[in-house]
Amino acid sequence: MKITREQVEHVALLARLHLTDEEKDVFAKQLSQILGHVEHLNRYDTAGVEPTATVIGQVNVFRDDEVRPSLPVEQALANAPDREGDGFHVPKIIEER
Amino acid sequence: MALHKLTLFELQRKFAAGEVSAAEIVHAYGLRIGQVEPKVRAFVNQTKDQAMAQAVELDRRLKQWRKTEPLMGMPIAIKDNICTEGVPTTCSSRMLQHFVPPYDATVIAKLRKQEYLLIGKTNLDEFAMGSSTEHSAFGPSRNPWNLQCVPGGSSGGSAAAVAADECVAAVGSDTGGSIRQPAAFCGVVGLKPTYGRVSRYGLVAFASSLDQIGPITKDVRDAALLLGAIAGHDPMDSTSADVPVPDYTKALAKKHLRKLRVGVPREFFTEGLDPEVEQAVTAAVGELKNLGGEIKDIELPRTDAAVAVYYVLATAEASSNLARFDGVKFGLRTKETKDLLDLYMKTRQEGFGPEVKRRIMLGTYVLSAGYYDAYYGKAQAVRTLVRQDFETAFKEVDVIVTPATPTPAFKLGEKSEDPLQMYLSDVFTISVNLAGIPAIALPCGFSRTGLPIGMQVIGRAFEEETILRVAHAYEQAAQWHLKKPPIR
Repeated sequence: MKITREQVEHVALLARLHLTDEEKDVFAKQLSQILGHVEHLNRYDTAGVEPTATVIGQVNVFRDDEVRPSLPVEQALANAPDREGDGFHVPKIIEER
Repeated sequence: MALHKLTLFELQRKFAAGEVSAAEIVHAYGLRIGQVEPKVRAFVNQTKDQAMAQAVELDRRLKQWRKTEPLMGMPIAIKDNICTEGVPTTCSSRMLQHFVPPYDATVIAKLRKQEYLLIGKTNLDEFAMGSSTEHSAFGPSRNPWNLQCVPGGSSGGSAAAVAADECVAAVGSDTGGSIRQPAAFCGVVGLKPTYGRVSRYGLVAFASSLDQIGPITKDVRDAALLLGAIAGHDPMDSTSADVPVPDYTKALAKKHLRKLRVGVPREFFTEGLDPEVEQAVTAAVGELKNLGGEIKDIELPRTDAAVAVYYVLATAEASSNLARFDGVKFGLRTKETKDLLDLYMKTRQEGFGPEVKRRIMLGTYVLSAGYYDAYYGKAQAVRTLVRQDFETAFKEVDVIVTPATPTPAFKLGEKSEDPLQMYLSDVFTISVNLAGIPAIALPCGFSRTGLPIGMQVIGRAFEEETILRVAHAYEQAAQWHLKKPPIR
């Protein structure tokens, strides 16, 4: 499996990762190598085999919908890189017309 | 005997009997850390001052009313991807360098209830992704047996701290071998419990279908003690199992292995296995036979698929779990940004190291449109085959014994340029995580150059008692655990 630089750029955008030119080249090479190893999986016939998503077999773990104490606002904001009032401050998302 | 050399079991007996105070314990460990930590670098953050303050308070209270808990006053080190309220939890990443959790992980709450003493947070490969601690943003830890060698990873700081007697016991996490491999490299005991046995609430998630928290200790009895303290159902972790927690130390009473069937899988003794490791594990199997075990050759034919399955599933899950590190609610945020997308992309560029980026890229790729079925779907199906191998084997045997790692500890820098080689060094531990079953690593000899060699005992789901029993019987017969690294 050969991963191109263009594919690396596409995936980096999906992953929200800014990469340097050097990183793009290194990852194209390394991902190709690792995915080459992963192709060994094709040696195994998995027709009709149920995929494993979890090993414990639990389905839908419910609890009662009760009001319980939650993290106080001040504590929830204590690690915020930037805050405004009782909220997280981020750059504007919607542009003004 | 110096306090720092005692096991958890020995130290807690002395403390409960009033022969030693909590302050004396912390003082002894403080001296030991002062001596060896500059060489070992096991800790990201030492908390011995807070531990001393707590110890003094504990001693004062105990003078009035002597009532002790099993872990009271015990200096325990915690891997720095497990949340400790009020104490930074960095995951050895620039992303979380200044993150102070507002709550305790469930395992920490359990330890705190017994009034354990947090002696420090230990180093790891960034976000637990690695096998050597070389991917820590704060520099690698060293192997106390040979400072040129890695301690293993990702719980390398925890294993090194236990081996160097910088704590009485430690807690780590294991996604593909991150407790067992460093335990083997450092000549200590590491147990990965059954998936669901220990709550992961407050463990910074890496690969949620695989992650488990477990003990790293000086001997098998200590592993039984610490596992009992942290195991159990937790409503805060929907994957935690509602299965009663036995007294694991009771499983250690039998000194023989009569009527116990021990499987040895031929797939683990092939090319790539270091001859000294092969020799040591083969000798250990002989010892299990002497103890009464019935040795059987078994097959786990899909073993060679495990690494490929793992690096698809674990990276896919990681790419999703690590999406939360976006510079908005906590952790690092880059300074100069044009807009929100730019903030995400540059924050993640600055905050994550190369291995974490590599895995996020790989995981994002295998989940991306057009590749999902070929990689993720395929890997999930082969995971089922790996599980079936174990199910079949466990109809014939009660435990499976393997080498814990293909080689003893490697040198710093030896594999850091070749990610695939680094991944392949996890080949013996990964399939256990894929199957969700428990396994324990413990010392079974030394290489000619004086590096520890580890064996792995694998059991059926929720049969931690059986693997502890086997490990303990072997340990007591072989006595490797009494050897200490030359570091002083």
